[in-house]
Amino acid sequence: MSGTESHRDTSGDRTQAYWKANLRELAWLLAIWFTCSFGFGIVLAEPLNAFTFLGVPLGFWFAQQGAIYIFIMLIFVYAWRMHRVDERFGLEDDNEPDSYDLDDAGGETQA
Amino acid sequence: MSTTALTYLFVALSFALYIGIAIWSRAASTKEFYVAGGHVHPIANGMATAADWMSAASFISMAGIIAFMGYDGSVYLMGWTGGFVLLALLLAPYLRKFGQFTVPDFLGERYYSKTARVIAVLCLLIVSFTYIAGQMRGVGIVFSRFLEVDINTGVYTGMAIVFFYAVLGGMKGITYTQVAQYCVMIFAYLVPAIFISMLLTGNPLPQLGLGTTLEDGSGMTVLAKLDAVLTDLGFAAYTASERATIDVFAITAALMIGTAGLPHVIVRFFTVPKVSDARKSAGWALLFIALLYTTAPAIASFARLNFVDTVQDATYETMPDWFKNWEDIGLIGWSDKNEDGHIQYGPGNAFEGGAPTFGEERGSHGERVVTSAPTAADNEVYVDRDIMVLANPEIANLPGWVMALVAAGSLAAALSTAAGLLLVISSSVSHDLVKKTFRAGTTERQELLYARLSAAVAVVVAGYFGINPPGFVAQVVAFAFGLAAASLFPALFMGIFVKSMNRDGAIAGMIAGLGFTWVYIAWFKFWEPAANVAENWWFGISPEGIGFVGMIVNFVVAFAVARFTVKPPEKVRELVDSIRIPVRTQSNAPKL
Repeated sequence: MSGTESHRDTSGDRTQAYWKANLRELAWLLAIWFTCSFGFGIVLAEPLNAFTFLGVPLGFWFAQQGAIYIFIMLIFVYAWRMHRVDERFGLEDDNEPDSYDLDDAGGETQA
Repeated sequence: MSTTALTYLFVALSFALYIGIAIWSRAASTKEFYVAGGHVHPIANGMATAADWMSAASFISMAGIIAFMGYDGSVYLMGWTGGFVLLALLLAPYLRKFGQFTVPDFLGERYYSKTARVIAVLCLLIVSFTYIAGQMRGVGIVFSRFLEVDINTGVYTGMAIVFFYAVLGGMKGITYTQVAQYCVMIFAYLVPAIFISMLLTGNPLPQLGLGTTLEDGSGMTVLAKLDAVLTDLGFAAYTASERATIDVFAITAALMIGTAGLPHVIVRFFTVPKVSDARKSAGWALLFIALLYTTAPAIASFARLNFVDTVQDATYETMPDWFKNWEDIGLIGWSDKNEDGHIQYGPGNAFEGGAPTFGEERGSHGERVVTSAPTAADNEVYVDRDIMVLANPEIANLPGWVMALVAAGSLAAALSTAAGLLLVISSSVSHDLVKKTFRAGTTERQELLYARLSAAVAVVVAGYFGINPPGFVAQVVAFAFGLAAASLFPALFMGIFVKSMNRDGAIAGMIAGLGFTWVYIAWFKFWEPAANVAENWWFGISPEGIGFVGMIVNFVVAFAVARFTVKPPEKVRELVDSIRIPVRTQSNAPKL
């Protein structure tokens, strides 16, 4: 990077608070990600198989169906909630020009 | 029309479509060649990512593997989808903001080091070539079985098609071709699944098929019946695990993390316009992937049930055509060990040493004579797991056009992945090696030429591996994921989340993770294959899962080395700050 334009000169406090908010979102979403796949689908699969869901033993269902549905939801929930966090901090990219970086990033054209 | 004629028609139509799209969307600049100009709509990118990601292994092999592994096959289902969560939450948005062309680009800039860039290129090349060899082989198998041509002719045809649209169109051509390939692929996968689900359970949704009561009057669900039938034959129950929990855990983790670290998947998120699009696009990609991945377990259980039903205690003379067709190309073998004239299927290998060899003559029932030594097991049937998806429509007696569709779909799966891999290979050579490492003065025109040349060379190398498959193709798949998990993922993750991570830490971590994983896999797969049993594995973790441990090694070494070496320079810290926020950094005035 060229270094002359890569720093946003608004207060570092705001971007730091934004980053913390991002990390909080990541923490709870990844906790669900881990619990549903490694937890319900693997470590706890056997005890959960005592229950059935949609006619399938529950642990087996998580491993071969449920975890995948939950993964999809997690990504969309993250995209949606992060966009709200972006807006709260005035950092949403809705009005950014398309493909804003390749011409401006510096590294490519000026290196 | 005969099935073969229909297959030719479907395959020819789909190829014409791909070539048409390639001509319409050919690339004119390096930006279009590498990242499709950065203008791809997130949903289109999601479809293209899905086609890119789902290879011959997903389309052809995965359901077959699950059919024969039961619960233990879940590692692939969770591993190859869960990685997208990591990708969407931990990598894609920030790498999009960084906004260069390749994965080594990011590592080279972030760790201010040509060494880091070259190591990343090396990992990328190993991973991608491993993968691409398998795709070309898949193309060859489909051609030889369905179009009845020589396997080599099949590989040449596949090479020619991929060459045409990848070299001409670059990422732009590939992206729009992949959107078409996704549609062909998913249609081809779902149609037979829905048909079979209707036949077996009366429920058109294969996803619900596992738990639906069978139409055969037994009053049992598909899974309950399968558990009963298999335990009857001496197999473990379908829903039970035969692997140690820690191994299932490690393999799933290695596949997930490896998925998130695969360059040809990551680079797809460089093609959308904005950071918020990169987040959404990963969700769309997984949604499109999940359509196939949640259908696969249903196909697997239907196929296993149908297979046992057809084969068990029947005579060779009454076997349907598909059994004999696959026997003809050596992927099914039967020998009447107990000489009762009936086929017995059960646990254990039927013959010594993997795939059986056949003699020229026919046995007393008309079967091909197997010349491999029989094992002591009662099982008399060898069946290659890869045939289940391809044979499924025939096993269920579906019409010829469904089989033609499946052939076209599996070619779409193999070709789309091969093209995506070719692109990351060529861009890492032309951009990262030629332009950024060895010849700094390369112009855009020259770089584009180098990109096309290296794509052409890569096609030839891939074709060579397809025609002369190294015996170890199946074994080295563990390499691809293990190495991506142990080398690229941690370096990328720390590059974004750990501002204090420096050049020395990242390089030491990559080398340690890569070296550790490499030695562990190579030891059990090549040097001492006889020792590859659970008792000898560290912590009970198989070579397939060791990438997870390699990742931990990478992190530990990186943090240790970074503690005692010089901090990264201020401009790198500023770079990290800038990729953490979704907006352009210098035009900050209007908001707030």
